Amino acid sequence: MTDTTPEAVAQPASAGRVGVFVLRLLSAVLVPIVAFALLWVTFDYLRDENANRFIVVGVALVVGVGGVFFLYWGANRVIEFLPERVREGVRPYVFVGPCLVILAVFLVYPVINTILISFKDARSESFVGLANYRFVFTDHDMLTAIRNTAAWIVIVPFFGVTIGLAFATLADRLRRGEAIAKSAIFLPMAISFAGASITWRLIYDFRPQGFGSNIGLLNGIWIGLGQDPVAWLTLQPWNNLFLMVILVWIQTGFAMVVLSAAIKAIPDEIIEAARIDGASEMQVFRRIIVPSILPTIVVVTTYMVINALKVFDIVFIMGNAESDGTVVIAERMIDWFFSSRNFGRGAAIAVVLFVVIVPVMIWNVRRFREEELTR
Amino acid sequence: MSSPTVPPAIATEPQRGEVAVRDVPGEAGNVGEPKKGGWGVRIVVTLIVVVWLVPTVGVLITSFRPEEQVLSTGWWTVFAHPFRLAEWTLENYRTALDAAGFGNAFMNSLAVTIPATVIPITIAAFAAYAFSWMDFKGRYVMFVIVVGLLVVPLQMALIPILKLYSGGAVLFGRQIFPDLDLNGTFLGVWLAHAGFGLPLATYLLRNYIGSLPSSIIESAKIDGADHFTIFWRLIIPLSVPALAAFAIFQFLWVWNDLLVAYVFLGGTSQNQVLTVALRNLLGGRGEDWQVLTAAAFISMSLPLVVFFSLQKYFVRGLTAGAVKG
Repeated sequence: MTDTTPEAVAQPASAGRVGVFVLRLLSAVLVPIVAFALLWVTFDYLRDENANRFIVVGVALVVGVGGVFFLYWGANRVIEFLPERVREGVRPYVFVGPCLVILAVFLVYPVINTILISFKDARSESFVGLANYRFVFTDHDMLTAIRNTAAWIVIVPFFGVTIGLAFATLADRLRRGEAIAKSAIFLPMAISFAGASITWRLIYDFRPQGFGSNIGLLNGIWIGLGQDPVAWLTLQPWNNLFLMVILVWIQTGFAMVVLSAAIKAIPDEIIEAARIDGASEMQVFRRIIVPSILPTIVVVTTYMVINALKVFDIVFIMGNAESDGTVVIAERMIDWFFSSRNFGRGAAIAVVLFVVIVPVMIWNVRRFREEELTR
Repeated sequence: MSSPTVPPAIATEPQRGEVAVRDVPGEAGNVGEPKKGGWGVRIVVTLIVVVWLVPTVGVLITSFRPEEQVLSTGWWTVFAHPFRLAEWTLENYRTALDAAGFGNAFMNSLAVTIPATVIPITIAAFAAYAFSWMDFKGRYVMFVIVVGLLVVPLQMALIPILKLYSGGAVLFGRQIFPDLDLNGTFLGVWLAHAGFGLPLATYLLRNYIGSLPSSIIESAKIDGADHFTIFWRLIIPLSVPALAAFAIFQFLWVWNDLLVAYVFLGGTSQNQVLTVALRNLLGGRGEDWQVLTAAAFISMSLPLVVFFSLQKYFVRGLTAGAVKG
């Protein structure tokens, strides 16, 4: 009796296990498929280009907000019909499955596919070995892009963090208005790169002699100083710097907010003690504040490095990147992939970007987790 | 800051965020502040603030000036005579909204952004709950994979997804994914944004939901609640801070995104979102500053409203989003 029991149980269990596995798989895939079908049906209407925009937005709202939730609700009801023993084994996959399926389709598959495409020709028809990678590291514009991106990832974080830190320290000492001052610096974080680019093009605007007046602020100041107007955005290689200013303008607020919080978290006793020992404000800043917030400075810097690595919109919008010499890696990728329809080269550039970003990101995520653990 | 039932700090944000949130919207001062600065500090701070505001102010002023004024004098000249009514107009906004199609683009941006925010949050919240409070095989491995996907930059996904949308997927000569013809459609953009937003959403929400006290979930179970009820009645209401922070991050991210919209929705005048419309306007009427600035301001209006009304969540969301690949 005691000998046969395990086997007797094991037999139906292994058959059941396959069944449960199928059920799990089904329930995981079911929600995305039904969601897709639902979206597809409502969306056939959205596809109509002449449809009233208000109705389109309304439908989008209802489907997007309610639809997906109700699918989970429905799937959850369906598994209620399963025998109790199986039910609780399947339920987690209803909850977690859709997330994994979508990630598989939109991230895992693309990463593998992009790597494959990068070894193929322009239309992904035959393998070309390392030709695309050879192109990445020999093409004139690509080399310029690599050089420019290298400048972006050094200059933007440097100024963003420096100004952010200086402002955080100084605003801390204001008697009042600290919140308003910080809001002003943080505000550009709300604006799109496209909006910010237009904002700054207005500042850099240039008209040659005889083609209207110079309404750009920078040339206004420049002329006020008794100089001739300058076409800032085509002034190589300095135009790269003028574009970097935009990203610094957008992201300094981020650095400022995070660093300011770190400064406020330093125990007051340490700073008080230093002051009592006769340290000057500058010494307190350099010897106590900066070392205490160093981990935060590093986190902010990595964040800004990643953003600078991926910068695309600003360069894409501000002018003709190729003739102005302002090309960067992420912009080259879109140019080859979208404008020139050369998938192989576009993919190779993406892979290069990926290889550069991954170590920084792994490190970044790890730091983030460590901070959470120590909290 | 947080009410007792809510876990210490929002999990999206290490303790620095707690403080960040506290000090941004109006708090007069802290205990044990450093020495208050004198005029020097005030002047330097004011100077930086002015430099930071000037670009936006320039756009705002230009957008309300008539064309002939905009093209003949710099916007800063209005300060010489700010009350001359003939030098102000709303005409640019009318032109931008109707003739330049920014009214339409605004609606498109809404139609893209709202589902592209809600869909990933819903999916991620369910997954986060399962990762935190349900017991199943492979739970840890699956979560590690999700976190691992945080490092994938968007650029890696563009080409394959575009191909998937316009031809399906073929493996060894066999169609394994149908051709859905999703290019240039809202659905395609929603799904793409949902996919790109999911790793961060799942990660942040799992951290938060996982840090909720297990006693409340146990006692709900004893009262006979099933997982779905616990999730919907208990977890979602308790997770509002984390949900709001991520919602704002994702909303802004999608609203301000040019790349995904440009690649998957294209530049047709009917479907274009605000950022794409701005770029097209700049290409076509790059010298019409009065229309360009009005259009730029239309595109900024909603994020600025969010910024000023939800500043607390806004800062949390953006600082939490720092780990997005």
